[in-house]
Amino acid sequence: MLDRRLIQNFDWVLLLVLLMQAGISILNLYSATYPIREMGGSEIFLKQIYWFLIGFAVLLLATTFNYYALERLAYPAYFFAIALLILVLFAGRVTSGSQRWLSLGPVSFQPSELAKIVMVVVLAKFFSVRGEYKKYRLRDLWQPFILTAIPCFLILKEPDLGTGLFLALISISMVLIARVNWKSLVILIGASGLAAPLIWFGLKEYQQKRVLSFLSPEMDPLGTGYHINQSKIAIGSGQFWGKGFLKGTQTRLHFLPEQHTDFAFSVLAEEWGLIGSVILLLIYLFMILWGLNIAKNSKDRFGSMIATGIVAIIFWQVVINVGMVTGLLPVVGIPLLLFSYGGSSLISTMAAMGILMNISMRRFMFQ
Amino acid sequence: MLKPSHFDPVSSEILGKQLKVAILFILVVFGILILRLWFLQIVNGPTYRARSEHNRIRLQDIPPFRGMILDRNAEVLVDNRPSYDLYVIPEEIQDRSQLLNRLSSLGGLSRETAEHLLDKAARGYPFKPVCLKKDMSRDELASIESHRFDLPGVMIYVRAQRHYFYEGLASHVLGYVGEISENQLLSSQFPKNRPGDLIGKRGVELRWQTQLNGIRGGEQVEVDAVGRKIAVVSRKAPASGANVCLTIDKRLQSLAEKSLQGKHGTVVAMNPSNGKILALASSPSYDPNRFIKGLDEKTWQDMVSSKDFPLQNRALTGQYPPGSVFKIVMALAALEEGVVTPEEEISCNGSLSLGNATYRCWKKHGHGRVNLHRALVESCDVYFYTLGRRLGVDKIAQYARRLGLGKETGIDLDTEKGGLIPTTQWKLKRWGIPWQQGETVISAIGQGFVLTTPLQMANLISSVFNGGRMYTPQVTEWVRKANGESLFEFAAISREAGIKPRHLALVKNALVGVVNQPHGTGSKARLNDIVVAGKTGTAQVVALRKEGASKREEDIPWEFRDHAWFVAIAPASEPEIAVAVLIEHGGHGGSAAAPTAKEIIKAYLQARS
Repeated sequence: MLDRRLIQNFDWVLLLVLLMQAGISILNLYSATYPIREMGGSEIFLKQIYWFLIGFAVLLLATTFNYYALERLAYPAYFFAIALLILVLFAGRVTSGSQRWLSLGPVSFQPSELAKIVMVVVLAKFFSVRGEYKKYRLRDLWQPFILTAIPCFLILKEPDLGTGLFLALISISMVLIARVNWKSLVILIGASGLAAPLIWFGLKEYQQKRVLSFLSPEMDPLGTGYHINQSKIAIGSGQFWGKGFLKGTQTRLHFLPEQHTDFAFSVLAEEWGLIGSVILLLIYLFMILWGLNIAKNSKDRFGSMIATGIVAIIFWQVVINVGMVTGLLPVVGIPLLLFSYGGSSLISTMAAMGILMNISMRRFMFQ
Repeated sequence: MLKPSHFDPVSSEILGKQLKVAILFILVVFGILILRLWFLQIVNGPTYRARSEHNRIRLQDIPPFRGMILDRNAEVLVDNRPSYDLYVIPEEIQDRSQLLNRLSSLGGLSRETAEHLLDKAARGYPFKPVCLKKDMSRDELASIESHRFDLPGVMIYVRAQRHYFYEGLASHVLGYVGEISENQLLSSQFPKNRPGDLIGKRGVELRWQTQLNGIRGGEQVEVDAVGRKIAVVSRKAPASGANVCLTIDKRLQSLAEKSLQGKHGTVVAMNPSNGKILALASSPSYDPNRFIKGLDEKTWQDMVSSKDFPLQNRALTGQYPPGSVFKIVMALAALEEGVVTPEEEISCNGSLSLGNATYRCWKKHGHGRVNLHRALVESCDVYFYTLGRRLGVDKIAQYARRLGLGKETGIDLDTEKGGLIPTTQWKLKRWGIPWQQGETVISAIGQGFVLTTPLQMANLISSVFNGGRMYTPQVTEWVRKANGESLFEFAAISREAGIKPRHLALVKNALVGVVNQPHGTGSKARLNDIVVAGKTGTAQVVALRKEGASKREEDIPWEFRDHAWFVAIAPASEPEIAVAVLIEHGGHGGSAAAPTAKEIIKAYLQARS
């Protein structure tokens, strides 16, 4: 039964922010796909509306049960996600050279999206079980290391460099929040420094090229160099007030690559200027701080750690995507969550937001 | 109810401290992002605004040059030539009707076609150039060039077009190029290719597609209001495709094709001691250049549905009953199995009766008593009927397979067929009825279910003169990049058929006799100074011909006439060339096919000395 207190404690603020975000996303997609639609093509923004509707249903569903259930479900869900990641390597749909999608009849989804949330839950379980206040030493961390390494490896194998490293970032963020003693920290940093060349040589040729073209865009004038250049023109030409809705020339003339997915932010920045982009960033910042507040006020460590992990997902995705389209980071193909077009990513993000609200609602409940 | 982890104020306090650090970090990072936006949109905003207003920087592909295809003497068979294509940018047309009028008078462009193409393109991006005419003539090009300033929006692109130097020469080996298909794109068979690319569709063009293709380059160019390139912002040079050298001898190839003119058939010539294909002709043929210019639907349909099957490579995919050529296999099988000795004589009185069926020898009144040698030389059917009965069909099949029949030879070209060597099991599975005695008898002379390809036959005689070594036929000598880096070099691939040398010697001797002895069936292949060996074959097209139908060849309708085979090798002592000739509905192998084989052998061996 739904407790009355649950409704009293329902996180209306977060829900409101999400609804606002959905509106902005759909409006922006309408503009981003305008040139394609004119040609009689796509109804992408309509599809995104449907995805948001499904997303909100998933969000509400994720608030209905007590999140303790996740603790028990953590490992089965983890192995399920791993199984899907293995399956996608064999049965996945190949698009532009990598296998990231599993098809289920008419819909297809990326198992790596599921893996993100599941990994957060599994790590949260690990860090909550050990109810000590000691800082973690390196040798205490072998378990989270393995738990992260397996999905990371499978995703890199698809190959999806961006998402693979993204997973590692989330895991590291959670470890740092859980407290590590400073000696281990130094060793960790040193080890990752040593691992860098190993990762480098483990990369596929095109992945190496991407990193190189980020370091010096003139090396790849036809690929990512061109994309970053056009994206920077789009963002910069927005200036302070922007060119206005549907008036972005870069967008209209289709100079932007992937303008409804990875480069959706550039469309917003062109049409709404610095004002619009900063407001969007502030919305994300608000979500992040709100999430950390939920983490702090959660009545137990498990909830705190899950909330922290979800915040890490939001934070890194925003930083990587915005960094990428503004030319601060290499183009790794990470979409902007709750903003770019894409069903898999949207549903999994909404599920994560639902869990966040779930934790928030139950912060006063002691049984 | 699940047991919650207990609330712990100490833990919560520690978390609070960690979170403070995290918040600080987050604020700093967001600060950096906002600063970056400030830098792009405010500091450099005006610059970017100006650039976006004049953004005419476009990406232009620079297609790579496809590699050349050469013959064994490095003579160019396929290369590229420039094609001048006429394009229009719809957005920049000022007066459409006027422009089209001018173009039709200057460039020989029909108004309707141009209207149609422009209407079709109207749904696309207005800046995207639309191709109105490919491969303009020199005159058209000159008149358009001289009126360029009256023709806003018109552009001329130069494109390298595949050019098959000798129209129709070796087309079945070379193959042709065509636009990449939907399926090929989806299957990521050629991951580097994009929609609209021309790729190898058949033959060598397909086999070495990845190597021939080269790597696409491109440039970021700045264009002016009329769409002309005014500056190259940056550029990545394309890399030309690798060149492919074939084992084919252009001269021999064209001789082979000439000999097939007006006929349906095929000629394969190969080097028996390494499997290199010297000539591979199939008739009727086609001119691959026609595929480049783009075939209209009707021409294509005609080609595909024509009863002549010009696209079919008969040497590899034509499956014919081998007729008497199969006796080579029979003789070897019988000797190996010991069911006959070279000396044993079998009497032929013109036919063999089995149950209530009678199997005739081609020689009406019989050969009398014949041993193995004479049976091969004079191609006595009754002798081999008898061997067939002694061996049984499964033993025959076992040796036929060892000698490379009934399966693909593995040549480095696409769509090869394996032929068919029947067994009792096969018959039961395929037809659901047991094998009949009579079927063994007709199989023994290469009729009935037995099917082989001409390439397999050339390979068969090669192995007999090779001490039983079977070489995989190949057409590629090397594949090398323009800078000389080698991607592939010919290396012979072979296996042992496992036939005893003395048995091979007996058959070799008999095959020399076929051409050189008085009663030999292949005397038309005889040369004065070179010892040629070979075997004739006549493959019945209609299984049952009416009793006593000893009609003259000319009286039989063409499509019911027999296929003529001749398989030859020379010089017999140290063979350098093996040839298989098949003339569809040519009649007797000895008369219809042997002279062709002789011409080819002669030309090749003379050129060598």
